[in-house]
Amino acid sequence: MANAYTPGLKVTPKMTFRTRRVLPIPGDVLVKVGDKVKARDIVAQTFMPGDVTPVNMANLLSMPPGDVPGCMIAKEGQTIAEGDVLARSPGIFGFFKNEIKSKVAGTIETISPVTGQVIVRGAPIPVQVGAYLTGTVVEVIPNEGVVIEAEVAFIQGIFGIGGETFGPIRMACKEHSQELTEDLITDDMKGCVIVGGARMYYTAVKKAIRVGVAAIVSGGIDDADLKEVLGYDLGVAITGSEQAGITLIITEGFGDIAMAQRTFELLDSHKGHEAAVNGATQIRAGVMRPEIVVPISTAPAAADAGARNVAGLLEVGTMVRIIRDPYFGLIGAVNNLPPEPAVLGSGSKARVLEVRFDSGETVTVPRANVELIEG
Amino acid sequence: MKNLDPDKIKVILATDCGSTTTKAILIQKVGDSYRQTHRGEAPTTVEEPFADVTMGVINAVTEVGELAGRRFVDDDGKLIHPATETEGCDIYISTSSAGGGLQMMVAGVIKEMTAASAKRAALGAGAIVMDTIASNDKRKPHDQIQRIRELRPDMILISGGVDGGNTTQVVQIAELIAPAKPRPRFGGKYRLPIIFAGNKDAAPLVEKTFDEDVELSIVENLRPVLEYENLSPARDAIHDVFLEHVMAHAPGYDKLMTWTDAPIMPTPGAVGNILQTIANTQGINAVGVDIGGATTDVFSVFDKTFNRTVSANLGMSYSISNVCAEATMPKILRWVHFDMDERELRNRVKNKMIRPTTIPQTREALIFEQAVAREALRLAYQQHKEFATTLKGVQQQRTVGDTFSQQVGGQTIVDNMKLDLLVASGGVLSHAPRMNQTAMLLIDAFEPEGFTTLAKDSIFMMPHLGVLAEVHPKAATEVFEKDCLIYLGTCVAAKGTGKEGRPCFSYEIKGSSLNERGEMMYGDLKLFPLAQGETAMVIIDPAKGFDFGNGPGKRIERQVKGGTVGLVLDARGRPLALPEDRATGQATMKRWVEAMNMYPGESRK
Repeated sequence: MANAYTPGLKVTPKMTFRTRRVLPIPGDVLVKVGDKVKARDIVAQTFMPGDVTPVNMANLLSMPPGDVPGCMIAKEGQTIAEGDVLARSPGIFGFFKNEIKSKVAGTIETISPVTGQVIVRGAPIPVQVGAYLTGTVVEVIPNEGVVIEAEVAFIQGIFGIGGETFGPIRMACKEHSQELTEDLITDDMKGCVIVGGARMYYTAVKKAIRVGVAAIVSGGIDDADLKEVLGYDLGVAITGSEQAGITLIITEGFGDIAMAQRTFELLDSHKGHEAAVNGATQIRAGVMRPEIVVPISTAPAAADAGARNVAGLLEVGTMVRIIRDPYFGLIGAVNNLPPEPAVLGSGSKARVLEVRFDSGETVTVPRANVELIEG
Repeated sequence: MKNLDPDKIKVILATDCGSTTTKAILIQKVGDSYRQTHRGEAPTTVEEPFADVTMGVINAVTEVGELAGRRFVDDDGKLIHPATETEGCDIYISTSSAGGGLQMMVAGVIKEMTAASAKRAALGAGAIVMDTIASNDKRKPHDQIQRIRELRPDMILISGGVDGGNTTQVVQIAELIAPAKPRPRFGGKYRLPIIFAGNKDAAPLVEKTFDEDVELSIVENLRPVLEYENLSPARDAIHDVFLEHVMAHAPGYDKLMTWTDAPIMPTPGAVGNILQTIANTQGINAVGVDIGGATTDVFSVFDKTFNRTVSANLGMSYSISNVCAEATMPKILRWVHFDMDERELRNRVKNKMIRPTTIPQTREALIFEQAVAREALRLAYQQHKEFATTLKGVQQQRTVGDTFSQQVGGQTIVDNMKLDLLVASGGVLSHAPRMNQTAMLLIDAFEPEGFTTLAKDSIFMMPHLGVLAEVHPKAATEVFEKDCLIYLGTCVAAKGTGKEGRPCFSYEIKGSSLNERGEMMYGDLKLFPLAQGETAMVIIDPAKGFDFGNGPGKRIERQVKGGTVGLVLDARGRPLALPEDRATGQATMKRWVEAMNMYPGESRK
């Protein structure tokens, strides 16, 4: 078998992308088919009943529960602000009146003459779903949400943490192989999607969080740095809900590894453009990868252009990246494909190939340990 | 299965779709008997751009075809059958564990009470708990629903309420989950399994809450009264549902189902069948293990009682990072006899997780993977022992102090001293470059006591034979006897602890090619050649406090089987302990590695 493993990551300058945006509970869809929406627009919303604050009025006024309704200044159904007087005791001969003020804003829901308890219901809580993608509404799911479509440049990372976020793309590194260090993060990067080159350092991530960077996309991260960011050792790669204060996406792998040049150049060609990113990753059958979505126009595209997620055949001359030690991350061209299995340094027998690096050096590696790359 | 005359079946093709690798074997009638003739493998294709398990099947089968000089796949990419003289197969069967690990959500009424019990049941079943939903978890219902949708759990366990108590809040939890309609990882006909283990009075109401989109199972309440916890029924249900409904599923599963001549069997089901057959026919106690990329399955037969566990998140590729997180790096590195850079290793582990089909190229990488494998096996066996208990479903009284404990009731029936045969299967064990490595991994991880025969699945075909036994028992039995099991030898190990360098036992070995006598000091390990098919009589005189099956200090005489590795005398004691100090630990490990001749002519690159 001469197929090379590819992690199936899509990196394309142009494709039609659809996203389904639905409310967790039924509500109102605020847009209609054909509407143009921006990433931060609210497309559907509903309201949850507000929080309930019970006030034990009988206790507070030191009176029998049955007397509470007569002392209430605020009546059932009345809207109140924080600090408004809810009830006032009659006092003694008109003196020593005791006033109870509301600690919360809301509506008086009930006043119980049985328990002397007053229930204040807080303002309704809006539940909203944003568009995420700047594009066109192509389908409305009644009472639930919408499907939005746009023509985008689309990049899948191999691993990420953190949820959805947005921002203009800023290039922090000049080269795809440049490491993302603390000094490359500046205060004016607040709210941006920062693009690094090779490994992103913990100190750079820490500074980015402090500055208020929306997301970092770079080639790699050290697992020890990831542990620092998360505060725990990641066991199974199910991510997306971390509250790290930033979304991180790596495009290649863990350790010192440069971003693929093509990916770097694609992101560079969109610097300044608004991007929507999501770090959510689930590595298991039915895989979910992190993504960087850059809308380029709302006109429908005919087909994917130059998508890079096909697994191709290994041939002499094919560019491959070695994805396992001892040559992890190195890129070269296939120099030879011996048909017979060879004995590896480990003692195992496996089918191998010979890779020639730019330096002219050649190494033999198992076929399972390379992935195809372009350019 | 189609109506085929079993005697006319000449070519059988079988695949096992693992989470990482798809393995295909060819069984052909040679003369009067069935033999396994060729095998091929290819990466499992559950990820984009294919996201279709049948692609990996075609690739693996094509490789078998190339080796056998026989065409199995037609121009349309479909399997050719029935067979002709030069093409196709008469039967095609498959097992699958491509669905991988188990990630669950649990829900209960009170976070610290029923939800905590539900979480313990899920953890006890080997699941990763993605989130715990409770009425009092301070999240708004819409946040909880959103969370369920985002996480795409494989299964949800709902608990809540004591038997006979209020049903409202329990039903509210179900009402929260029903509209969330969590989309399972795999499309097609997959229905999300939900297990209800709460107030029994609420069960009918919960049943009404869910529609046919979910696969609802109702089991005994895991907290029938506040002071009692009854985790076993829920834990067993999780295990069974995972095995039957989650593990085998993968993108393209529906298509694969239409290809096979018998229902696709979950891999552990098939391997379990085979192990049971071995134990029953030979009248012995046996333990089998199948370590894969996402899961590790352990099977045991003790006194004719069969137990099977699937550790859903212990494996060598998708789950390797979880093994490292659960076992911790120092525990893994204690099996490595030289210095390794921990930072580098952590990155390697994560890279293996995100690119699961890579293989170790250097000896150093192999030694590290084998160290991880020992811990994965050890943890999986520990879990198996907790499952395989004498009294199932016995309630356990919990006190406040036990709230965070995960202990479950019942005494384990797994007894390493009674164990006769230990069988290894799965990539890292079956494909280890040297069988001495496989034997050592088994001994270190399972810590067999007394006399134990070691064997391995020759080229990883137990799953295939397990399902074949269902459709063609004769072929399965013949291939199993002739081609499947390879005997590695026998391990003779002392139970008990002592002081390094003090006498542990003296031995006398009498055989046709092996005649030895001597004394073993505590901490020693010795390997004697004893070829496959040979036997020898071993007489052991244990020192005080050491047991080989006849009681502490009591002499024992047993016949042992040889194998490709030989006879291993193990005076390292049980439970096996390695020196805490890294330098001493490395020196000790080096001694054992050399004694077992694990990595001869060691050069690590």
